This record gives sequence, structure tokens and C-alpha cells, in this order.
Amino acid sequence: MKHRTFFWFFLPTAAAMLLFIAFPIVSVVTQSLFTPHEAVLIEVENCGPFGCTTETSIDQEATASLRESSPLGRFVGLSIYFDRGHLAFAEVGEAWRNSSGLSSFFSNLMNLPFYSALAFTLTYTFVCTPALIALGFAIAVAVNSLHQRLKGLMIFFSLLPMIVTPLIGSLILFWMVDSRGVLGNFLSWITADPDLSVKASTPLMWICLIVYGIWSSAPFAFVVFYAGLQTVPQDTLESAQIDGATRWQQIRFVIIPHLAPLVTFVALIQLMDNFRVLEPILGFQAQAHAQSLSTFILSDLSGETRQLSSAATTSVLTILGVAILLSPVLVRTWRDFNEKSH
Amino acid sequence: MFLKKIALAGAVAMLGSTALAGGHAGCPTEGRVSIVGNEFPAIQTVGAGAMGCAGDAVEVSTNLTADHQTINVPGMQGNPAEYTSAIIANSSIVALMNEDVIRPLDDLVAKHGDGIQPNQLITINGQVMAVAFMANAQHLVYRADVLEAVGKDVPTTYEEMLEAAEAIRAAGIMENPVGGAYAAGWNLAQEFNNMFLGMGGSHFKAGSAEPSINTEAGVKALEMMKALSEYMNPDFLTHDSNATNAEYRAGNTALMNMWGSRAATLVTAEGVPQEVIDGFAIAGPMTVGGGDTPATTLWWDGWTIAKNISDADAEATFLAMKKAIDPAIMADEETRTQAVWLIDGYEPTPAATGVFAAAQAGSIPYPMLPFMGLMHTALGNELADFMQGNESAEQALADVEAAYIAAAKEQGFL
Repeated sequence: MKHRTFFWFFLPTAAAMLLFIAFPIVSVVTQSLFTPHEAVLIEVENCGPFGCTTETSIDQEATASLRESSPLGRFVGLSIYFDRGHLAFAEVGEAWRNSSGLSSFFSNLMNLPFYSALAFTLTYTFVCTPALIALGFAIAVAVNSLHQRLKGLMIFFSLLPMIVTPLIGSLILFWMVDSRGVLGNFLSWITADPDLSVKASTPLMWICLIVYGIWSSAPFAFVVFYAGLQTVPQDTLESAQIDGATRWQQIRFVIIPHLAPLVTFVALIQLMDNFRVLEPILGFQAQAHAQSLSTFILSDLSGETRQLSSAATTSVLTILGVAILLSPVLVRTWRDFNEKSH
Repeated sequence: MFLKKIALAGAVAMLGSTALAGGHAGCPTEGRVSIVGNEFPAIQTVGAGAMGCAGDAVEVSTNLTADHQTINVPGMQGNPAEYTSAIIANSSIVALMNEDVIRPLDDLVAKHGDGIQPNQLITINGQVMAVAFMANAQHLVYRADVLEAVGKDVPTTYEEMLEAAEAIRAAGIMENPVGGAYAAGWNLAQEFNNMFLGMGGSHFKAGSAEPSINTEAGVKALEMMKALSEYMNPDFLTHDSNATNAEYRAGNTALMNMWGSRAATLVTAEGVPQEVIDGFAIAGPMTVGGGDTPATTLWWDGWTIAKNISDADAEATFLAMKKAIDPAIMADEETRTQAVWLIDGYEPTPAATGVFAAAQAGSIPYPMLPFMGLMHTALGNELADFMQGNESAEQALADVEAAYIAAAKEQGFL
């Protein structure tokens, strides 16, 4: 394609990307560097149904003139990135100095919200992603070998977890694992422990969230691999069969190499998605056991006092986290691309 | 019999239509009224009352949702504001005040304020900023039959509540007799606030935004909460008010600290066992740790009017909202039981005894401080670790203070 043609062809996409992706990111980064003005506080008398009290309030006129003079707020540089709610450098340093060993350092580190959220998020991402790829692949191979008539029905059922809205899906599971629910009762029956409660135990809650994550995302991997299976070259497969390859050997040496690029694609998308895990934590009401960067953003934005700067900072850190996570895959793709073009 | 019913229905319908015809008296003649607020029964009544003013030249809409406090500020910051009125409580008016999106109502009260009682007016720094219509508080809800079975009096302190709970468990009546809205987040923080104030604590150093919760009162409050949680459903950290009420309705709990605004409808739901309906009883809030101040907070719910709207719309909104809390609505039996109304002509129903007891016992109103919201959020995020036994009370409180200080610095309070 000529450069000129390419330019006009690409222009609408580029404009949309600039408008809907680049500008919001610039705005989020800006927001994370500024905080609201210092509040001008005054003592006032408040009266209501329960009598009068002297309380502190914000001096609106003084604050309004401050806002007028610099509408963006105070420039604070990276200080929010380094505060306790985010990277907490000072607290991490203190934990390092005061710890007797690695284990006490880690327990101090896990007391900081950002790092404990990161611990869950990374565990979730790195357990879910490979597991759902394996499960999706297994379903795809199984469905592909079914009789033509059954296929449509099975595809529909396999897609169900993805069709169900994540919040609803997790809510249903949440009720089932309740200590009075079907699964909760079953678990305490097989373990013979009447006090067993999934929702009260952090490890069980993590397992629950991860199982839900695999269940809800496996259909995505399944659809991609199933489409890939339709393009497997039949003559290669037939010659493998003639050579006496078993079914497992056919999968191992013909199908998997053929689908390898798709694995990269699914891994890329799912790493991104899983790193931003939010709905299962809300659906399972698991905030006491597991937090993620996304739940922090939500809690910053939904409190009675909205903390926009803090939420923006967490967003930027999430973007950086996704970039770091994807970098090996992206570097590999880039290398493959270069090799092919030479 | 059947004919009688039809005649009755007809009479009721006619009454209704005449009430509706006369119902427009006092309504605005033109303007835009748009209300955002929470969604419990009493507020739905107020919303419906304002909707009754809708007409050819009067546009009325309501958006009543549990998420109201995440949308009311953005919805009132525009010019003109999307919402002309926000129904709020003493905790959530602070966010609107901080962002300066509501207007003083003194001139409107002077012009149209007849029928509004003086104690309904919420004045801040000498200006009327809201009109309250109901009071609320958390107080004891219990099962009279279960307490009778174990021979215990109605607890007036949390220490007695623990004793009663132990007796109920020991008698094998219930495994987890205590209920409580201890869900990690807002609810858990609120339970801490109750207990902390009951222990004589104060969230901030006098006259400043410096936290002072890592104190003896704070540690004792957490220890009491931990002791109570031993008698709760093991899933207590996921139980909000709805889940706690469900446990009570199912007959699984006998003692709980619950909102007055939910007490009236607690046993009216379908499928509640007869013994729960018969044993249902409410009492005032409990004290704790030998203190005199009940371990609860007083709340009011009221309406405000947006700053960024035309004076005509503000007047229309004032009239419609005033109409919605007109003393005439007290004629309806169902409405009366929905809340502890501050409206003229309200006769307390049995469901209101708990809230009245809370007010009479000198409970502390929930603090209306600009930085209280940040403290509440920090408490909600950091206390779950202690409740799970992962860290000491002192460590949890130190974490809360550190989280609060980071947030308060960001917001310019420290």
C-alpha cells in the first residue's frame, strides 16, 4: 500500500485512538500529579433536630478564590505515587530496616494496601491465565471431535459462562458457597467441619475467586482455539495418522504448534483482563480477603469524599503494571515479526 | 361480602382521586424538579410525594438508588445541575458542602417555610442548608421469646449482650445468636464508630483534622467487636444490613444492632416463621465499657437544593419537596411506621421506640466534619484484617491512621 493511501486509510482510526485513548490517559496522568487545594477550615455552629454543636467546616469563599486562581489544584509531582496508599516507599524502607528477616519483611509489606493488592492480583493473573488457556484448549478439542449435530448445542453451553454477566455469575456462586448454601454445606459435610466457611477463610476465598476467573474466561479461549482448529491443515494431520501417530501425538506435534500464535493472542488479552480483576471481588464481597488495583480505584471514587488524585494514580500504576506484564509477550511478537520480514 | 368489598374498593378509589385532585394545592405551578436520593421505604414515600406535583408545566423526576452518594455530587456540579434536589443524611451532606453544590435556603424558608418545624431546619454557620424529615439510629433488635427461654433480661449493655449470647448458645437454641452488619467496608466502619463513641472516644484531636483513634477507647472498641463476632455467623465480614436482616428473619439470630429505618419492615417480609414474628421486639441502643453514652450514632435524613439552578427551579423544587413532607402524609398508617418522622403531627409508632430511646439517652449525632468521610473509608478498608485475626488491634488502628493521613494530605486537610 502506498504511504499516502495508508495515511488516509488509517486517519479515522488514529483520530479515534488519539481522542478516546491518548487524551484520557494524558488527563489521568495530569490528575495524578495534582491534588485539591489545602482546605480553608473554619469553626461553625451547626444546628439540627439533635441540637447545636460547634464543628469544623470548609470556608467556601476562601476555597472558591483558591480554585479560581489555579483550577487544577496543587501540583504535588509524584508524591501521591510514593504515599502509603500507593508505592509507599517510606513505609517499605522502614519495613526493610525494622525487619528481622525476609518473612517478617514480607508480612510488613503485606500490611501495605498496594502490595497486598498486588500479591492477590498477580497470583490471580498467573494462575488463571495458563489454567484457562489449558481448559479452553481442552474444551475446543473435545467439542471439535463431536458429531456435527451435537456441536452447535455444545458450543452454546460452553459459551454460557461468558454470556452470563460477571457480577451475576459471581453472585450466584457467592450464594452457593455461603455457609448455608449448597456448596458451602457440601464442603463442610465432606470435610466433617461444621464451622468451615469459605467466606471467612482467605485461602479458600482466593481459590474460589480463581476458580470463578477460570470458569468465566475459559469460553473466550475456547472460541479462539475452536476457530483455530478449523484451519488445521488436514493433509498434515492425515500424514501423521498414516505414520501411526496416536491422538495425543497428533495434538502435541501438529495441532499445538499450529495454534501457538493463538495462545500468544489469548495470553495477551487475558493477562490484561485478569490484571484488572474487579467484578468477582465485588460479586463475592471478598474485599476483606482480596483486593486488586481496580477495587482500590472503585473505593477511592465511591467514598463519601471522592479521592480523584488517588484513583488517577492507581490507574496510571495499573497501566504501567499491564505494560510490564505484557512486555515479554510483546518483545517476542516483535522478534518473530522481524525474523519473518528478513 | 363480595359486594361490600367492591363498594369499599370504590369508596377507596374515590377517596384517592379526591385526595389527588386536592393534592396539587401547594405544588409549584411551573419549573423543573429532579431528585436524587437513597432508596429505603421512607425516602420512596417522599419521592412519590414530590412526583405527585408533576403536571403540564411542572417536570418532576426521581432517581432513588443505593448509589446516590456516588452520583449526587457529579450530578449537581454542572450548570445547570442535573439534580435540583439531593436527599441526604448528616454524613453525606458534607460531600455536597465540601464541593459547594447546594444553596442556602433562608430566603425560601422565609417565603414558603410555614408548616416546617424549626427543628427540621439544618443550619450550618447560621444558614439553612437542608430540611430534615426523619431521624434514624441503630439500636437493639431482639427475640423476646429466646431471651425468655434462657431467662435473660433485655441487654442494656454490650457486656450483657455477650452474656445473653453465651446463654443462648449454651442452651443449644442458636449456634450464632448475634447478628450485625459487619461487612468489610462502610458497614464495619460504622459499627466501629458506634462502639468507639460508646467507649468515650473521639475521632479527631479537638479542632483539627489529626486522627486520634489509636487510643485505649479504640482498642477496647475493637476488642468488643471481636468478642461479638465470636457469636456471629462465620461469614459476618460479608453481611451488610440486608444479609443481617435475612439471618434474623430466618430465625438464626436473636440479638442485633440494627437501623431504626429497617425495624418496621423486618418481619413483614413473606415467609418469616411465626415464632420470629411473635418474638420480634426492639429496644434502645446499648452502652459499652461502663460508659453513659450509647454505642450508636444519631442520623437525620433531609433534602437540599442545588446551587447551580435558576431561582425559579429552586423555588419549584422547594415547594415540591415541602409538599412531599407535608403533615398530611402522616394520615397514612403505613407511612407513619416507615420512619421516625420529624414532621408535625407524627405520632410515634411502636417501631420508633428504639430511635426515640437513642435520642433520649444522649447519643452522639454522626459527626458532620469535612474529613469524616475519609476516616470512614480508611476504617472500612483497614479493620477487616483485625477482625480476621491477622493483626493486633493497635496495628489495625495504626494502619487506619496512616491510611487516613495519606488521604487527608491528598485532600488538603492536613
